[in-house]
Amino acid sequence: MAENKGILVVGEVAEGKLLPITAELLGAGRRLADELKEQLNCILIGDKVGDAAKNAVAAGADKVYVTEDAQLKDYQTDTYMLVMDKAVNDTVPRIIIMGQTSIGRDLAPRLAFKLGVSTIMDCLELAIDPATKFMNCTRPVYGGNARATFTSEALPQIATVRQKAMSPIAADAARKGDVVAFQVAMDASKIRAKVLEVIKEEVAGVKLEDAQVVIAGGRGLAGPEPFQKDLADLAKALKGAVGASRPPCDNKWVPDSIQIGLTGKIIAPELYIAIGISGSSQHMSGCSGSKTIVAINKDPEANIFKEARFGVVGDWKAIFPAFAQKIKELLQ
Amino acid sequence: MNMIVCCKQVLDPEAAPSTFKLDAANNRMVQPPEVKPVVNPYDEQAVEAALRIKDTDKAAHKVSVISLGNNLIRDVVKKPLSMGADELILLEDPAFEGGDSFAVATALAAAIKKVGQFDLIFCGRQESEWDDGQVGSGIAEILGIPSVTVAKKVEVVGGKVKVERVVADGFQVLEASMPALITVSNELGEARYATLKGIMAASKKQPIVWKPADIGLDKVGAAARKSKIVKLFQPVKESKCEMVSADSPAEAGAMLAQKLRENKVI
Repeated sequence: MAENKGILVVGEVAEGKLLPITAELLGAGRRLADELKEQLNCILIGDKVGDAAKNAVAAGADKVYVTEDAQLKDYQTDTYMLVMDKAVNDTVPRIIIMGQTSIGRDLAPRLAFKLGVSTIMDCLELAIDPATKFMNCTRPVYGGNARATFTSEALPQIATVRQKAMSPIAADAARKGDVVAFQVAMDASKIRAKVLEVIKEEVAGVKLEDAQVVIAGGRGLAGPEPFQKDLADLAKALKGAVGASRPPCDNKWVPDSIQIGLTGKIIAPELYIAIGISGSSQHMSGCSGSKTIVAINKDPEANIFKEARFGVVGDWKAIFPAFAQKIKELLQ
Repeated sequence: MNMIVCCKQVLDPEAAPSTFKLDAANNRMVQPPEVKPVVNPYDEQAVEAALRIKDTDKAAHKVSVISLGNNLIRDVVKKPLSMGADELILLEDPAFEGGDSFAVATALAAAIKKVGQFDLIFCGRQESEWDDGQVGSGIAEILGIPSVTVAKKVEVVGGKVKVERVVADGFQVLEASMPALITVSNELGEARYATLKGIMAASKKQPIVWKPADIGLDKVGAAARKSKIVKLFQPVKESKCEMVSADSPAEAGAMLAQKLRENKVI
């Protein structure tokens, strides 16, 4: 059997564009590959993803495999497993890295169990042990109350990486790399599930993931209205987006798609304003990368104040209107 | 139809972060005795998903629950029974301790094979201790059946399972052949409460207890790990929050805005 060598990044493309997480993975992968003095490869899977291959090269890939098939338009475990099984078999990577995304969190464990190896999910740091060449993977555990570093000795080592945890390298259109078509037969007998429909729940205005300012509300807001009025109004003034912790989503005050946290969106805006959010570890996992956190909460002991830069203790209903009004004045 | 739900007893994830203490010698976190363990919340929702199918024809559908661990607290692990599940199987032995997702999925898959008859298997999308989210997919791969993860709705339609799967900007509707494994997310909606009648019925039911040998495995728990913990630690957080206070809440709000301007945040 061929020796396991190189790093394989499983890239993601939407509407012809390389997703930010893929540039982040290529940045992390580039650093690991340079340390190992091995190659950084990337695979792009979908129905029309080839145009993004040059961007993957610019972001650090030495070689990009492009697998295109109409059946790969939407992610489905079995079809993507057919591709990854062949990719691992043909390219024999030392390390496979994916994003902790709807795709990665489903595909990585399934692939690991098929190969009989371990996968470490939702990593914040990846590092090569110079003595053994094995990768050490550090990730939050116990809902963010602790961190653990894991390794494994069976190859390939597989890891998924949290969004916004790694820095991409500066895209360089002059970088040289190979782009090759990687054909995989879609064996119908191995496809046991199919996607019937894809429903998009678009939120108007700035996308939460892209917003530089996020105003988020929690259980303390006690209903849907403050999200639609007070928070939305300030978000508009700051050209930001509205988010929420889990309770407002579970109570159906707001759509699930604006949940920030371990199992929702992971964001890292310049400014995060948390209103009536206690700051559970699971919520902080989604926003602790924010540059400045500001909190208004009635409980002085609330965990959010341990992470915030500025805070006010009190009833948000009495504090927020003057806060929003003053911000609007200052912005004029 | 036979449904199996995998449930884990965990430290209470809703407890204050300060209750979590590092037990470095055993590479785990612990909570003081007054904080009672709970059924992993996503697993409760997995039980709920199975019970919603059972509700459509109570006599035709059976829900079995499997929990793995050591020194499992009966009041905790019996909760799915009090919600309406039919039977409880415990994989309980000191040897099951210290496993990773690979060890746990291997043992659960062996137990499911021993149960023999199953159309749908449910797991929570992830458990709240290691937050790994790979046991469900692992069981499916070992059993050679399809899996759909992070479900918010599960129905059986025309001999197939129809699932709404949560993705970043909405959801996918998928259809899979059965048997299949589904992992359930909080978007499914709240799990039902145990009724008094359910609690009474659960108290009379005795769980079936299986040891590693009963499921034909000689390596379980720590001995069956694929991954190694290099270290477990709590990052030190320095509180640097500047509290803004004033004579009235409104003044404090305006001062907070002013602070943001002074510090060039806005």
